[in-house]
Amino acid sequence: MNPRRKKRLIITSSLVIGLSLAVGLVLFALQQNIDLFYTPTEIVKGKNETGIKPEVGQRLRVGGMVLAGTVKRDPTSLKVSFDLIDNGGGIVTVFFDGILPDLFREGQGIVAQGELKNATQINAFEVLAKHDEEYMPPEVADALQGMDHLKTDKNK
Amino acid sequence: MLAEIGQLSLAIACMLSLLQTVYPLYGIYARNQSAVESAKILTNLQFVFVTIAFIVLCYLFIANDFTVVYVATNSNSALPWYYRLSAVWGAHEGSLLLWVFLLSLWSSAVAVMSKRLPVESIARVLAVLGLLSLGFYLFVLLTSNPFLRTLPYFPVDGRDLNPLLQDVGLIMHPPMLYMGYVGFSVAFAFAIAALMEGRLDSAWAKWSRPWTMAAWVFLTIGIALGSWWAYYELGWGGWWFWDPVENASFMPWIAGTALIHSLSVSEKRGVFKSWTVLLAISAFSLSLLGTFLVRSGILVSVHAFASDPARGLFILAFLIFVIGGSLLLYAVQASKVKSRGRFDLLSRESLLLINNILLIAALIVVLLGTLLPLVHKEIGLGSISIGEPFFNKMFSILIVPFALFLGVGPLVRWKRQKINELLKPLVLSLILSTVIAVLFIFQYSSKFTWMALLGVFLGFWILVTTCYELYLRATFRFTLLKGLSKLGNSHWAMSIGHAGFAVMIIGITMTQNFSIERDVKLAVGESIAFEHYDFHFDALENADGPNFTATAGVFTVLKDDKFVATMKAEKRIYTVQRMPMTEPAIDAGVTRDLYIAMGEVLPDGSWAVRIYYKPFIRWIWFGPLMMGFAGILMMLDRRYRVKKVSEELEGNV
Repeated sequence: MNPRRKKRLIITSSLVIGLSLAVGLVLFALQQNIDLFYTPTEIVKGKNETGIKPEVGQRLRVGGMVLAGTVKRDPTSLKVSFDLIDNGGGIVTVFFDGILPDLFREGQGIVAQGELKNATQINAFEVLAKHDEEYMPPEVADALQGMDHLKTDKNK
Repeated sequence: MLAEIGQLSLAIACMLSLLQTVYPLYGIYARNQSAVESAKILTNLQFVFVTIAFIVLCYLFIANDFTVVYVATNSNSALPWYYRLSAVWGAHEGSLLLWVFLLSLWSSAVAVMSKRLPVESIARVLAVLGLLSLGFYLFVLLTSNPFLRTLPYFPVDGRDLNPLLQDVGLIMHPPMLYMGYVGFSVAFAFAIAALMEGRLDSAWAKWSRPWTMAAWVFLTIGIALGSWWAYYELGWGGWWFWDPVENASFMPWIAGTALIHSLSVSEKRGVFKSWTVLLAISAFSLSLLGTFLVRSGILVSVHAFASDPARGLFILAFLIFVIGGSLLLYAVQASKVKSRGRFDLLSRESLLLINNILLIAALIVVLLGTLLPLVHKEIGLGSISIGEPFFNKMFSILIVPFALFLGVGPLVRWKRQKINELLKPLVLSLILSTVIAVLFIFQYSSKFTWMALLGVFLGFWILVTTCYELYLRATFRFTLLKGLSKLGNSHWAMSIGHAGFAVMIIGITMTQNFSIERDVKLAVGESIAFEHYDFHFDALENADGPNFTATAGVFTVLKDDKFVATMKAEKRIYTVQRMPMTEPAIDAGVTRDLYIAMGEVLPDGSWAVRIYYKPFIRWIWFGPLMMGFAGILMMLDRRYRVKKVSEELEGNV
């Protein structure tokens, strides 16, 4: 093989190897870092599309409305728990240790990211409420569609 | 009346951009010299009219004209004048007007500053830029007109600017970023014009290089500003979130970084030409993709403005037209581009190729991580999120070979390098940088992690090899000082740019590995201590401003019982939008930042408070500043000003 072709071959093959290695690594890392989104009802009854329930210990994101009257705070630390509900009627409890976002309040749509502790409880490491009162994450908006805000109060 | 004038000048500018696209190309085709020369005049005229439109919009904001919908929804008479001005680009319509204004500014700059370019080449470049402008004018006029009136029922006062955007960083961040985004259109136009002509020589690379560099500098500074803003404004002390919109600005930056390196090879050695063209197309296409992702509202983020499907569709169509069209042209014409140079496996060309490959790999990682959730949702698999850990892991892997090769690159000669000449500098640098890294970590941190050592080592590896290279180059013919003074601007630019990158790596490593973050419950009078620091919650104060009410927590900070600072962290409620905002208190320093943010009032009257210790976080922004400075230095290099440059000098630098 003449040296020019040989050089090209080396360059091309190293390109191909490098790229496939990169893509392989990316896919591998992706597998471990994809967090599926669930609504409270989907956690209780299984995903709408597939009927699969999340496993205990799985990392996931859950979005719904904070049920009024369910926010409980630990008097000595920042530990807090609250219930999330959506239009399917499922309720899950979220546990969080940290500072809730500025726009967190009862009756507000939020997204929590964390691990499933048992069938209806989630240990969250992050709670998000977006920085705009009119704004709601599309997933949460879907999950809450048709719900009257007032009816989410437990006492009514 | 004024709004109508703005509207009219925008429409005129739109028509002019159509002429700017068609007439010069017709002139080239029909060999009509005056038509070819009209390109520059049309470009400048277009600039004049879009400037009028832009100034009108600025004036409407300053004058609180709430009969205009866009002003009424994004401003308020209680806003200070500078925030009213920055509110011009605070939302969708105005930021697009800014975009097209800047595009026109760049076009006009090309028209004015390229007197020495062949008139036909420049006509082609301007025609391509005109076509891009036309697309954006139509977008503004058809889907997002900032001059719409609220008449007859106009509001008494405006709905105020989003409080997050009421900040000094936000006055500068979008224009800088846009200058970068839009600036890549010039590199793109040069590439397309060259493809149309079917001729790519090193003169082409030389002409488009300073323009590309300018765009890259703006983008670098713009991204750094955005990161700094997020750090002190969002109230949780992060500097990069791998938010899809951040990624949207990061992708063109990566492509642009690959482009400026590839361009230097094309200019000096005449190789990689078709690759460079492809990168120029990619960089601008990614800028457009970024705009599409942000403006179409399909992304969920702080940056996403109110979404309108028609807008998304328009940008998508434009995106497909630009990317598809340019790739088609590339496919047809690229075979005509021949690279003449040759180089060995061990040569600077090869190392720059490796640099490019790694950058593209990083680009693919970001692209996949950003687009996959969208695809996943669209094909009905449910919505997912790809978190920080994915990106962090991938970049920690990619940065290792990237930094190692970056250190070696400048030490290697063009065309051919004997390996044994390299061994001594490399081994010496390796030992030196390892020793410095270990000492550095033990000096500045009470803990130790291998990842931190690796990161700091990589930073010092780049710094040491860069200094070594400077030393070798300077003492090649002269004594050290005389040699250093004889080095050209672009050589300094390379060294400073690389050093800036190293500084940033060290900053990122230290911050990511040794930050201490405490979320605590504190009442007035209580205190918390960690890492030699003692934070004492002294008092709560009232700190109302013109358009907000606020409570401030006052803290005294001691280090080993010595006074360090009094810090005042605020919790604001913006009165018009009833929106709470956190204004953290930051005590900045070269080796560490102290950061206090007020969370919420707890039922018993105490506060949830975030207290952070962030080592070396300033370096993360200082690095990009150095890179930006280096870029400016490179643009000032002699060879971009002197009319004719001998080949010798080019090959030498």
